[in-house]
Amino acid sequence: MGFVEASWLVTRKDLLIEFRSREIVYTTLFFAVSCLLVFAFGFVREGRAVEDAAAGILWVAIAFSGTLALGRAFERERQNETLRGLLMAPIARPALYVGKLTGIVLLLVAVELVMVPMAGVMFQARMLAHPVLLSALVLTGTIGFTAVGTLFAAMLVRTRSRDVLLPVLLYPVTVPVIIAGVRGTAALLAEEPNVAMARLWLSMLVTFDVFFITLALWTFEAVMTE
Amino acid sequence: MAKLFTPAVVLIAALFAIAPVLIVGAPYESTMGLVQKIFYFHFPSWMAMFAAVFVSGVASVVFLATGRKGADALAVASAELVVVFGLIGLLTGPLWGIKAWGVWWSWDPRGTSALVLWLVFQSYLLLRRFGGPGSERLAAAVALFGMCNVPFVYWSVNLWRTLHPKTTVVSSLPVSMGLPLWLSTFAFLGLLLLLLSLRTRLETSRTRLDALYLALED
Repeated sequence: MGFVEASWLVTRKDLLIEFRSREIVYTTLFFAVSCLLVFAFGFVREGRAVEDAAAGILWVAIAFSGTLALGRAFERERQNETLRGLLMAPIARPALYVGKLTGIVLLLVAVELVMVPMAGVMFQARMLAHPVLLSALVLTGTIGFTAVGTLFAAMLVRTRSRDVLLPVLLYPVTVPVIIAGVRGTAALLAEEPNVAMARLWLSMLVTFDVFFITLALWTFEAVMTE
Repeated sequence: MAKLFTPAVVLIAALFAIAPVLIVGAPYESTMGLVQKIFYFHFPSWMAMFAAVFVSGVASVVFLATGRKGADALAVASAELVVVFGLIGLLTGPLWGIKAWGVWWSWDPRGTSALVLWLVFQSYLLLRRFGGPGSERLAAAVALFGMCNVPFVYWSVNLWRTLHPKTTVVSSLPVSMGLPLWLSTFAFLGLLLLLLSLRTRLETSRTRLDALYLALED
């Protein structure tokens, strides 16, 4: 079975399960919206958002909901011992990683399709000024965050204290993604959008994604031997 | 290698004894005066921390690739020393900063990158401590990711902020300041090596003891 075909089957399985129950997408979406709201109370002064608040809050909400979604996605695998089944399947282990990564990215993109306009509305930010560049920033940032997150979450599936250890391990390593995402988005949402700056941050995100997906593909085999 | 230990201790102790003499003798820096002398502790601590990061990362790769227990012992010993030397650097930095620039923390690229790296290795230790059995391999992956992340963290924070004394400061120092600085750096790196060897030996003994306990129970 080819690499691409195997990853697609893993992704398809995850998406099918998700379509039937819609558990993760609903709960993650609701959490993301609550998160935006809670932060809004901190950063909205006299009805107007503090400068750059929209970008910062959006990315914090993405990071927090991403962590939840990763935890839930692998918890599902753990509960029914299906992860062992996947590891026993005659597919390349990296294909398993890529399949899981794609599934979780698609899930987070679905959540962000609601979160980003909502942040725009709540914080009076002009999300539609540069829609393509904004979408590219959010997408590459999500991919970068999820690339490291999928590896760590898969690693931690059988570990004690996994719920708290996932954010503890994930956030320091994904600091560049958060910085690039926030600054890039802020550059686009500013009074005078700085498109060149946003493009620079986008290039950093793409480099990060390529580098860390490659690193994760190499390491996945070694850490999933159990 | 064990025979080199005692002479090494003597040598490093001598370096640590000479260093304060040279530091006191070094000239005052023009703008910051006496406060600048914390630099002779701050810079070597960071050098030791980065050396330990590199050792831990490489040892983790070897452990993941070959499964050798010795590599894992070296990785965890090194990670602990990253946290220790990093803590010294993180404490001396703000102490210097409040006097020199008037702020405890200024979010400059090098300081922030170092803080993030310190957090990564702190999380490594938390994983090993609270992760239960089998967490050695997972922690090794974290150390590897941490080590590889250094350029990205630096790049992103650098693009975001800039204030720290530039890299050119160290290479343009006069000899009277350069000598105590490099002596202190060698002293700290020597201390790192001594602590690494002690801790690695401790870790290897501990794992062997655990394995023997398990074998005895069977």
